[in-house]
Amino acid sequence: MEFCGGHTATIFRYGIRQILPSTIEMVSGPGCPICVTANADLDKAIALAHVSDVIIATFGDMIKVPGSRSSLQQAKADGADVRMVYSTMDAIKMAEGNPTKSVIFLGIGFETTAPTIATSVIQAEDKRLRNYYVLSLHKLCPPVIRAILDSGEVKLHGLICPGHVSAIIGSHPWEFIARDYGIPCVVSGFEPLDILQCVDMLVDQIESGESKVEIAYRRGVRPEGNQQALKLMAQVFEPCPATWRGIGEVTDSGLKIRKEYQHFDAELAFDIDPGLPYEPSGCICGDILRGVKTPFDCQLFAKACTPQYPVGPCMVSSEGSCAACYHYGRDFEG
Amino acid sequence: MCLAIPALIKSIEGKEAEAEIGGIIRRVSLWLTPEAEVGDYVLLHTGYAINVLDQEEAEETLRLLEEIAEMGGDKG
Amino acid sequence: MKDRILLAHGSGGKLAHELVEKSFLQAFTNPILAKLDDSAVFDFSGRLAFTTDSYVVSPIFFPGGDIGKLAVCGTVNDLAMSGAQPLYLSLSFIIEEGLPQSELGQIVDSIQNAAKEAGVKIATGDTKVVNRGSADKLFINTAGIGIIPQRVDISGSNATLGDRVLLSGPIGDHGIAVLSQREGLCFSTQLESDCAPLNSLVAEMLETSPNIHCLRDPTRGGLATTLNELAKQSKVSIRIEEEKIPVRKEVLAACEMLGFDPLYIANEGKLVAILSAEDADRVFKAMRENPYGKDASIIGEVRAEHPGRVVMKTCLGTSRIVDMLVGDPLPRIC
Repeated sequence: MEFCGGHTATIFRYGIRQILPSTIEMVSGPGCPICVTANADLDKAIALAHVSDVIIATFGDMIKVPGSRSSLQQAKADGADVRMVYSTMDAIKMAEGNPTKSVIFLGIGFETTAPTIATSVIQAEDKRLRNYYVLSLHKLCPPVIRAILDSGEVKLHGLICPGHVSAIIGSHPWEFIARDYGIPCVVSGFEPLDILQCVDMLVDQIESGESKVEIAYRRGVRPEGNQQALKLMAQVFEPCPATWRGIGEVTDSGLKIRKEYQHFDAELAFDIDPGLPYEPSGCICGDILRGVKTPFDCQLFAKACTPQYPVGPCMVSSEGSCAACYHYGRDFEG
Repeated sequence: MCLAIPALIKSIEGKEAEAEIGGIIRRVSLWLTPEAEVGDYVLLHTGYAINVLDQEEAEETLRLLEEIAEMGGDKG
Repeated sequence: MKDRILLAHGSGGKLAHELVEKSFLQAFTNPILAKLDDSAVFDFSGRLAFTTDSYVVSPIFFPGGDIGKLAVCGTVNDLAMSGAQPLYLSLSFIIEEGLPQSELGQIVDSIQNAAKEAGVKIATGDTKVVNRGSADKLFINTAGIGIIPQRVDISGSNATLGDRVLLSGPIGDHGIAVLSQREGLCFSTQLESDCAPLNSLVAEMLETSPNIHCLRDPTRGGLATTLNELAKQSKVSIRIEEEKIPVRKEVLAACEMLGFDPLYIANEGKLVAILSAEDADRVFKAMRENPYGKDASIIGEVRAEHPGRVVMKTCLGTSRIVDMLVGDPLPRIC
């Protein structure tokens, strides 16, 4: 299993499955932060967009994702101020440049992104910005892997560990997988040759009966990770339970803003009614995210659910399995 | 944005830097990598340097990527 | 006040006449326009090509060009893609109240220079001025007329099995050059738009071979969208090779940074040609002799399997689909 949207995209984009021997089956895990965001949380973001004098600043992929009833794109067409940014640096500038508006940054992402949002909160505090907020929907990877392995739904022989999450957290947090579940782990880079090298290293471990954590992505990842990033993340955030689409609530797998910074927390600052969450029928994004089904198992894939008219988030985010499969491999990978 | 191309730090001003990738110059934040120096290669993610790369490994990556660009792509 | 465009400049009165005579007539001087009749009148015999386009690019000035140069080149190229020799353009300005006269002057100069290079005349025009906020600085609408030589029969539905696919140069320059000026992206580059009139290149190609079946310029939606359109129109499949597609390293870097695929980025000075295999090398050589084709490449061929699809052989030797663009290209997050 690969557990990183960037790896999923590389695997489909370069047709890696076409090169691998038939004895190796690749399944995609819940590695796309947009895809694993529950509808209830998406609905919160959309409700915030409709609050007057609010600017929603978000990474691009979020804009088209369908929530229970709407999307940020639809909210924008209805008059909400939704703006795409590439960095929280842009969101801070936006808050400075629009003092009469409230800028709410949608905090989506795993451990690679969370430190950048933490930094923005610290910067906002330093600058005494009182119109910058964060809706923290961040999630942590190791707890959800444990949940998937504990469910016993998928029998894995190897795990391709995320590259940039590992650049931040290091390789030690993956050790429990090798130790407690006997599954080999290798941290991979993002080029197609990186993925192939990683698979090679996993096969070596499997064949020799070993299970340990290795780093193939040596140029980007140290075993201890990025201590400064982890420090900043811990300064602003603390672990909390989080709901993962298709998986449910996982203990300590989310991040919430600490009390000292709670004046930046959009959940506390704004009174919204997102309505009851609703999952579209026929959508099996949850099963796909757990690695139990593939896009080809979905009745809606490439028929009712396409990038133009997505039903579930796996089809919207370019690192979602369904979108990657549709864009690059729907004729070759089925 | 799992950027895989190493970015070269050209200049630093406080906690921000100008980084060059393939001829593009971008302002990036060094909040997560305060140890970065001019001449270092860094990994970028959403405008932040998230790791300082091993010099040798970074240059090897760039050599490989240059080869890939030469193969068919870059005639510019 | 005198240095900005006012509502009165579009009202048909004295100020409007002054603008037309002082700014436009002097720049676009030719006997047809000078008559200032309600319509331009010409004599023609033969097949005419007729096209129209609107230009709403933002920002209106970008590295390598501006909205004026774009308007001329875009229209000239549409005519050239039918194999026509472009002759006359109409030019219609919708100006936002408050646009500095100096900026309009710069754009008029650009139009004049581009028209001169392309050998076309501005035969008729119109000017409207709208309230501040009702247009984004300047919109331009054009129509163009050209004559198609007798022996030429070019259409998107003419691609034939075995034909070769040629591309005139590196892709993605225009889109990335424009993006580099957009607020919030904060990257700088030496990259310039490739905006250019391609009629001379097309004329030389047609002189070399009468067997050019399709010509198209990959503008919005990029090379991928254009090839998909041709594949669908001709009901064939187009197979291209990733290694053969020229992309500048700045475009690759910007795309990597922003999460785009160069195949979907707009070009304004490139063309795709589909022609019979026996003439491909000759035409390719002729293209390389022209400044706008000096980096031309033979990128693929027309096949029968997967009709309506574009398939790409990746640098790994595997295959992937190249789909049409869906909406605006959105960046990835990880």
